[in-house]
Amino acid sequence: MLQIKNLKATIDGKEILKGINLEVKAGEVHAIMGPNGSGKSTLASVLSGKPGYEVTGGEVIFEGKNLLDFSPEDRAREGIFLAFQYPVEIPGVSTTNFMKTSLNEIRKYRGLEPISSVEFLKLMKAKAKLVELDMAMTSRAVNVGFSGGEKKRNEIFQLAMMEPKLSVLDETDSGLDIDALRIVSEGVNKVRNSKNAFVVITHYQRLLNYIVPDYVHVLSDGQIVTSGGKELAYKLEEMGYDWVTNND
Amino acid sequence: MAELKDKIIEKYTSTENLNNGEPVEIKHIRDKAKEYFRTFGFPNRKMEDWKFFDSKPIITNDFKLVTEKQEIEKSVLNNFLIQDLKANLIVLINGEYSKENSQIITERKNLFIGSLKEGMKTKPYILGKYFAKYADYNADGFTALNTAFAPDGAFIYIPKGNLLKDPVIILNILDSRKSKVLGQPRNIIIAEANSDVHIIEEYYSIGENDVFSNVVTEIHTDENANVQYYKIQNEEANAFHVGTTQVFQERNSIFTSITLSWGGSVTRNNLNSYMNSEGIECNFKGLYFLTGKQHVDNHTLADHANPNCNSNELYKGILADESNGVFNGKIMVRQDAQKTNAYQMNKNILLSDTASINSKPQLEIFADDVKCSHGATTGQIDKEQLFYLKARGIGEKEGKKLLIFAFANEIIEDIEVPELKEYLVNRLNEKLEKL
Ligand SMILES: Nc1ncnc2c1ncn2[C@@H]1O[C@H](COP(=O)(O)OP(=O)(O)OP(=O)(O)O)[C@@H](O)[C@H]1O
Ligand SMILES: [Mg+2]
Repeated sequence: MLQIKNLKATIDGKEILKGINLEVKAGEVHAIMGPNGSGKSTLASVLSGKPGYEVTGGEVIFEGKNLLDFSPEDRAREGIFLAFQYPVEIPGVSTTNFMKTSLNEIRKYRGLEPISSVEFLKLMKAKAKLVELDMAMTSRAVNVGFSGGEKKRNEIFQLAMMEPKLSVLDETDSGLDIDALRIVSEGVNKVRNSKNAFVVITHYQRLLNYIVPDYVHVLSDGQIVTSGGKELAYKLEEMGYDWVTNND
Repeated sequence: MAELKDKIIEKYTSTENLNNGEPVEIKHIRDKAKEYFRTFGFPNRKMEDWKFFDSKPIITNDFKLVTEKQEIEKSVLNNFLIQDLKANLIVLINGEYSKENSQIITERKNLFIGSLKEGMKTKPYILGKYFAKYADYNADGFTALNTAFAPDGAFIYIPKGNLLKDPVIILNILDSRKSKVLGQPRNIIIAEANSDVHIIEEYYSIGENDVFSNVVTEIHTDENANVQYYKIQNEEANAFHVGTTQVFQERNSIFTSITLSWGGSVTRNNLNSYMNSEGIECNFKGLYFLTGKQHVDNHTLADHANPNCNSNELYKGILADESNGVFNGKIMVRQDAQKTNAYQMNKNILLSDTASINSKPQLEIFADDVKCSHGATTGQIDKEQLFYLKARGIGEKEGKKLLIFAFANEIIEDIEVPELKEYLVNRLNEKLEKL
């Protein structure tokens, strides 16, 4: 589904990604761990097409297409979803309106008619239930006045609504209490199937108890320095990052 | 070319008995206003309050002064009606009452909704008392000109305790299909104690030639009265507009206004409220959405003359292309006005490098126990927000529309007349579609 080959990127002339290689196949879950400032969010941003980053080398192939040629909105329409580490507040725009516009823009891109109000409402209700989101939240302005945990849950709600092929979750677990963590993870697990894939960025092995990864990668100073199975996460939890970065 | 001022003076001195049949005290006021106008003419940019207002395209224009009475085809009128809104409709064509097109549906004892001219006959005592009582014709030439010569307008008199369910629409149509037109409506609205009324003052224009509306609206809100006042400018690009709305508030009254400017070429809105007693609430909201070379200049004054009054002001601007806006909002807290709460905010989004805004919030405080704040922001569309929308598949154009709509909607979302709100939402969307 996704091949990242020797990806290099800079921001304000400073090189942050220094040659990333990663292959994600349909049905897989990849965890990316690594110290603060190692470039995890930068990788997520570059994949989603956030302005301000310059790709200086390498390529990203998504479903056979050169992803870097697409605008951010077209990447989303092609099936890439980024759950933000810091979800943005949008005063005056309700989550309902936001999601309806989103779905219709995606449908338009795919040559489909706009979704009917009845169908949309049904979908909203079903997905809200999936992530145990109070429907009342969807009539409030997107993320405005939401608690940290509510914002993250709202990200996963959007994910469920959009049914992307590849989801990149950037520290969706930080700021969640135990119950919310379980709910959000269960939500992801319910969405998970053999046709989609997940890249889960996290600092905590805890999340990986819920969303069990097929692979764990350690990102350090802009490169993946080691990869392994889920047991790698336990080892990191136990020993910290020093042993990986030092070995390197 | 003779300037408009000379032309006006020449024309009106040769027209005798222009406002025949008016109470003598009004004649007297009109004479004094005429004198002011003859002496000082139109304001110029050297005057502090008119610094950013370019009146040249108005005062060098050869607008026709007295137009023969005109009627408008129903098919044209229908374009200007708010769908499904049951309301009292006062239609003013080029500033003169059109009985044919107007429709008054609220009938109560002593209540009057109709034309100023008719009011002069049936309620001369009331008009004699209130005509030009609040709008100062010595303040500027536009007000003086209107005071001196306005032939007609809307007169709305709501006696004590009347709560009007159906709003009153003052629908102004400037029809320049035959010639350039100057419309000078004078509107007087009296809401007596414990009354409640929604007033919708709208402006439209049709025709190829330039039009100029020089309007004065005076509003008296008596004790406990609640007046909601909407001023909506929908004129075409060949329209000029100078309007003054002067409000006078008595004890515990509430005045709430929403000024919406998205039509016209050059517009000046003066909105002033004088709080004459205690416990008053005064809310000013405004939205200007400008494209092309449009210019809109909003001047407001919340005049706290007495203790324990609240004023709240929020004006928002969306400026595209080469448009220019002015916001000049003043909070005046006079010496006696202790325990005043006065807030004011002006927020602007510039959609292009060539659009501009001059925002000048002013605070003058002469009392010591008050809570006041004011501020102004000007920025572009928030890039983080736009990216967030894009990350959900929403394209640049749709995303901007969504964000601008949300920004503007804060001004209209609280409108209590659902049909009016829906109408404005639709207009806003049309405007956004054309960006
Ligand atoms: N505008 C910028 N100019 C220079 N450096 C920047 C800029 N933005 C981010 N960086 C740097 O890029 C590096 C990578 O940041 P990134 O947010 O990708 O880290 P991260 O791995 O997600 O960290 P965390 O675990 O704290 O979320 C950091 O050192 C950060 O300071
Ligand atoms: Mg990060």
